Amino acid sequence: MKPIKQREKQSNAFLVAASATVLGLLAGAILMASIGSNPFSGFWYLFRGGLMNVERIGNTLATATTLMLVGLSVTFAFKTGLFNIGASGQMLIGGLCATLVAHKVFLPRPLFLIVLIGAALLGGALWGVIPGFLKAKFNVHEVVAAIMMNWIAYWSIYYFIPAFLKGPSLETESASIAVSQSMRSPWLTKLFNGSYMNLAFFVAIAAVIIVKFILDKTTLGFGLKAVGSNRFCAEYAGIKVNRNVVISMMIAGGLAGLAGLSFYTGYSRNMQIGVMPAQGFDGIAVSLLGASTPLGVLLSSLFFGILQSGKGFMNAMTSVPPEIADTIIAVIIYFTATSVLFKRFWDAVLKRQGNKAKRKAALSEPAVKKEGQ
Amino acid sequence: MSHVIEMLNIRKEFPGIVANDDITLQVEQGEIHAILGENGAGKSTLMSILFGLYHADKGKIIVRGKEVHIHSPNDANDLGIGMVHQHFQLVHNFTVTENIILGKEGKFFLDRRGASKKIKALSEKYGLNIDPDMVIEDITVGMQQRVEILKMLYRDAEILIFDEPTAVLTPQEIEDLMQIMRNLVAEGKSVILITHKLNEIKAVADRCTIIRRGQLIGLVDVKSTSASKMASMMVGRPVNFKVDKKPAQVGRVILDLHDLKVLNNKKLVGVKDFSLSVKAGEIVGIAGVDGNGQTELIEAITGLRSIEAGTITLDGNDITNADVRKRNEIGIGHIPEDRQKRGLVMAAPLSSNVAIKEYYHSPFSKNGLLDAEYLHEYAQKVIDQFDVRSGEGIYSLAGKLSGGNQQKLIVGREVVADPELLIAVQPTRGLDVGAIEYIHSQLVAHRDKGHAVLLVSFELDEIFNLSDRIAVMNSGELIDVVKTTETNEEEVGLMMAGVKRKEGAQ
Repeated sequence: MKPIKQREKQSNAFLVAASATVLGLLAGAILMASIGSNPFSGFWYLFRGGLMNVERIGNTLATATTLMLVGLSVTFAFKTGLFNIGASGQMLIGGLCATLVAHKVFLPRPLFLIVLIGAALLGGALWGVIPGFLKAKFNVHEVVAAIMMNWIAYWSIYYFIPAFLKGPSLETESASIAVSQSMRSPWLTKLFNGSYMNLAFFVAIAAVIIVKFILDKTTLGFGLKAVGSNRFCAEYAGIKVNRNVVISMMIAGGLAGLAGLSFYTGYSRNMQIGVMPAQGFDGIAVSLLGASTPLGVLLSSLFFGILQSGKGFMNAMTSVPPEIADTIIAVIIYFTATSVLFKRFWDAVLKRQGNKAKRKAALSEPAVKKEGQ
Repeated sequence: MSHVIEMLNIRKEFPGIVANDDITLQVEQGEIHAILGENGAGKSTLMSILFGLYHADKGKIIVRGKEVHIHSPNDANDLGIGMVHQHFQLVHNFTVTENIILGKEGKFFLDRRGASKKIKALSEKYGLNIDPDMVIEDITVGMQQRVEILKMLYRDAEILIFDEPTAVLTPQEIEDLMQIMRNLVAEGKSVILITHKLNEIKAVADRCTIIRRGQLIGLVDVKSTSASKMASMMVGRPVNFKVDKKPAQVGRVILDLHDLKVLNNKKLVGVKDFSLSVKAGEIVGIAGVDGNGQTELIEAITGLRSIEAGTITLDGNDITNADVRKRNEIGIGHIPEDRQKRGLVMAAPLSSNVAIKEYYHSPFSKNGLLDAEYLHEYAQKVIDQFDVRSGEGIYSLAGKLSGGNQQKLIVGREVVADPELLIAVQPTRGLDVGAIEYIHSQLVAHRDKGHAVLLVSFELDEIFNLSDRIAVMNSGELIDVVKTTETNEEEVGLMMAGVKRKEGAQ
């Protein structure tokens, strides 16, 4: 009985996300048409740009990797009723820690990778746990604290990198990391024809599985979800609300730190100063479209990855500006945010179909029976 | 005779459910007409159709002799139909006047003074006793309800629908509300009262329409029909109002409170110098008007609120400073006052809700991993044993259950855990006769197993029906503890008002 129920619910969330996506693409088509471009060729080049050959697929996956990890971070905090808007700062600190390790630590490759990943994880977790602690201890709203943490990270890096990790030529970015000290891997680069594809992709996939496991199967996840759905009931049941808030923000921060790892030591191999990574905010959209479930995040980050990495090609081949891709994302988010409407629509459709089937199956059973309380 | 409202042969179907099946309701001008039915019988659906929230699939609505089509609450308002909802729809930081004129502000300039004057006049005419300049968050629940009534009167409503109006009120406020209803009909208004409480119908209603499972059972004259007759029509079988219980077999002390002092949310003393003990095998009922420290006392015992002074001992263990989980482990079960806020996670399935206190230890989980199979078996056992009805069994979300079934789920969770001390706060609030009967029998059964039960209720009937001893609270103090067999409602009522019995008793 259980698998059926779950599948029904999942497909419903999937339908909602798919409806929002289709409507977003439709809105993009209308926009393209209204500026006098052919929407069909626009989309053709947009998707070709993301998927046309192995190199571009590799770039799409590398872009999706960062989005996936931030999406997971936002999702994880959301399950505990927290809004992690601090993913950008956590990414920066996670990336900074990883960059430091890449420049200063020299170990055999497998051991080195563990240290590299661990550094990013810890850096992000530290940046996430602070707003969590402030929330638990002093009831400071996590959004306010996390935004401040974003800027603290931004300005710390602004001074830290020129002082300690300066590149040979430019003042505004860190020295490039040697490939052997990064998340890049020669066999992957070769496999994907010299794209940005790197090992962080597998870290992200592992994170999806681990997060899903924590949320669904462990007592930790049970407690976190209870706190997120109804903190008064959690308190009543003896679950320590504050401790769960801190743990949740710590894990969310760690995931965003891994996003920093993927972006600064995989996708690129240096850090620029004075840039707040936009992925930290795009991750909120990824989480929203993914219905705040790990598997949903996996799918929606791949989709956004295609749009992000295909928009340049679209712009090069047609007169459609790359901002159209961002507009499509924005419209999709808009429709996802109003997803209640789609949910009602699909609920009604599914229910009508279900009832038809039921009526056929059990004509003799009086309907009134169901109402009994 | 003139019918002010007629709903003829109304049928309303929801997917899979016939909520109203050929129901006819005829309300006369100037009467209080009760609609009686269990939770889920279709009362609210019928009224929502009248108020324009739903549309009937079949049937006619006739208002003052004319057939009408009501498409929205605005249409209903225009026809002079007003409704006091169970959950008040008020803006908390607005004054009474501002709330009442909301949506009827008039032209560009706000005539607050004129409105305030009109409200004052209405309030005096119907004996509502409301100061139009008070802010909503500063007034009691009973007063908020009267503001809702004023809102309808301000809009010239002639027909007033009350949806379970007494669920949130204290006995005194209920008395006041009854008087207000009588005033309303005396002035020529008509009142429709939706309820499942028989004594209220007996007290004010003229006629009563009884609905069961979406079908019309009958229309009775209230004066000439006995309460038990109406109850059996509502439930479909004879109802036992008195709880059967054997004399208490009292054992050792389970809960011992000594000189407890607890602060309330405003940081004022909510409970002071409170000492009470509850023994195994007895039910101690705490009687008192809502807001006299019961909430603070129970939160202190369960660990949700810290205490200023005193000690709490549970079965010989000092739990004064223990956290909630520790107390649960030693043996406290708690049926909370607010089942939706505290008792359940609405967005989670029944299987999670049943395990929410115990998920972290064996056999519910091992080494931090949940045992899904055991969780499901356990939940199935609880919902079978306690007859919790839902659409999808243990996979149903708690929020989808009716109020009665939600409460049965909580009672089931707490009773199956078999705690030494079971605390039940307002365990039957808002439930229908059948569910009340069942929950009462479960509390008595828990006592008969040799456990202690601490009951808090604002309804004296319930206190007297269940308790072996009654502890009366007033302004955070324990007035007295009396044996149920040696007192009566009048005496306890006086103590609830703060009047002590002769010194030194008990």
